[in-house]
Amino acid sequence: MEGDIAQLGQYIGAGIAALGSGVAAIGVGNVASNFLAGALRNPSAAASQTATLFIGLAFAEALGIFSFLVAVLLMFAI
Amino acid sequence: MATEGEATGLVFHPMDQFIVTPLFRTLGPGETVNWYEPTNVTLWMAFIVLAIIALMVWGTGGRGLIPNRVQSIAEMAYGMVHKMVDDVAGHEGVKFFPYIMTLFLFVLFANLLGLVPLGFTVTSHIAVTAVLALAVFVTVTGVGFARNGASFLKLFWISSAPLALRPVLAIIELISYFVRPVSHSIRLAGNLMAGHAVMKVFAGFAAVLWIAPVSILGVVAMYGFEILVAFIQAYVFTILTCVYLKDALHPHH
Amino acid sequence: MITLLQQTTAPVAVETTSPEAGAVTITVPPGSSPPSVEAAIEGALPTVTMPMTTAPAPESAGGIPQIDFTTFGNQIFWLILTIVASWWVLSRVALPRIGGVLADRQNAISGDLGAAEEFKRKARDAESAYEKALAAARSEAQGIAAEQKAGVQAEIDAAIAHADAEIAARAAESERRIGEIRESSLDDARSVAREVTAELVRAFGGQPDEASVTAAVDRRLQAAS
Repeated sequence: MEGDIAQLGQYIGAGIAALGSGVAAIGVGNVASNFLAGALRNPSAAASQTATLFIGLAFAEALGIFSFLVAVLLMFAI
Repeated sequence: MATEGEATGLVFHPMDQFIVTPLFRTLGPGETVNWYEPTNVTLWMAFIVLAIIALMVWGTGGRGLIPNRVQSIAEMAYGMVHKMVDDVAGHEGVKFFPYIMTLFLFVLFANLLGLVPLGFTVTSHIAVTAVLALAVFVTVTGVGFARNGASFLKLFWISSAPLALRPVLAIIELISYFVRPVSHSIRLAGNLMAGHAVMKVFAGFAAVLWIAPVSILGVVAMYGFEILVAFIQAYVFTILTCVYLKDALHPHH
Repeated sequence: MITLLQQTTAPVAVETTSPEAGAVTITVPPGSSPPSVEAAIEGALPTVTMPMTTAPAPESAGGIPQIDFTTFGNQIFWLILTIVASWWVLSRVALPRIGGVLADRQNAISGDLGAAEEFKRKARDAESAYEKALAAARSEAQGIAAEQKAGVQAEIDAAIAHADAEIAARAAESERRIGEIRESSLDDARSVAREVTAELVRAFGGQPDEASVTAAVDRRLQAAS
């Protein structure tokens, strides 16, 4: 019985942690949409900023990956 | 992970694809992998080296003034990484170009070969990416101190900020500097692990008849997405290496 | 999950089976009571014999192979070998070769561009030389034409002058002959007139005086003419 509650907590915690991936997706979308908006206003400057775009995407995505990692650790490792 | 209901046959083992096993023996209970013995890691890393040799050495064997297809791919990779190093890290960074090119090609081929069915993704292991990221971290820190001496520490002392804020910012900068290898390695490993595990979960649903079409479509879509991720993560790993290198070469903001 | 089983049921019994169980985890069938050790073993063993799970994980650090620290030494060893091997191949063989090919191509392209520039310059030179030759030929032709025209004009002038002279000569000759004829006819008329006058004088019974007859005839002719 006690173990069932622990397992319940584990699963609920993993689910909540997985929400972080979705929130990170909002962040990634924000980066991409703002880049696109800026690039359409000044297309000549867009090509020089793709590296910055990818760095921004990577940073935004990394935090989502962290929350995914927490979810996986809760599901499998504990 | 759970064998939910024997009747439906749903069995999820999304993490089994990452298990390191010896090539020539089966591990008994309680046995562990020795550090020197050939494992599936060895096999797939050998494939990576062979792929690098095939593209960069065999592919350019003709030294054609007008390149053939393989040679154009090799030249494209060379040009892309060279331009990246030159643009991001500056002219002094070009002498680290072979090292960065090695990292790029290794990560790229590891990601791509991991997508081969029954393949093993070495970059999905935190041990591998942590060593790569730590190597970058140690190199960058060493180069920074060797080139700038103590003034490398000005990287953490932001002279454009108000004086009262500078100690706080220095602590934040210091923490973010030491978190770099962590995020650098976990980003790569996490992306790869997540993608492959999700694919496995989709594939696991194929055992149920009425979900199978959706599941197969999902696997196909995820596979395409993972090919994109393989390229993007190799690119991101490389460009972050260049960004860190730029901080070491030009620490003044 | 395994710790969960260890907590809920008999820990010793599951401990012995956990190495074979590997990454396999067992859940409660829907609607049943908490699992007994036997149920756990029954649930675990069939899965172990399945093809997907022929490689059981060395179960020391939970269910994720990534944090199984016993494999870290192996992975890091082979990773360092791989990185050193690919770095060696790239920095010794591949990158100098590709760099050389790219530099050769750059040289060839700039050389070709230089040659193209040279050809363009030559073409421009040839064009200007042609233009110059054309202009020279045109002026020469104009010179020749003018010369010819002048020659022809001179010839024509000479011919006209000659013809004029001839015409004038002929006209003069005709004039002279007309004059001669007129002279001779006047003389004839005068002698006729003298003779007629002398005869008339004789007929009137006079004695014609040669000198006065002549004078009278001349006087009348002078008045008539």
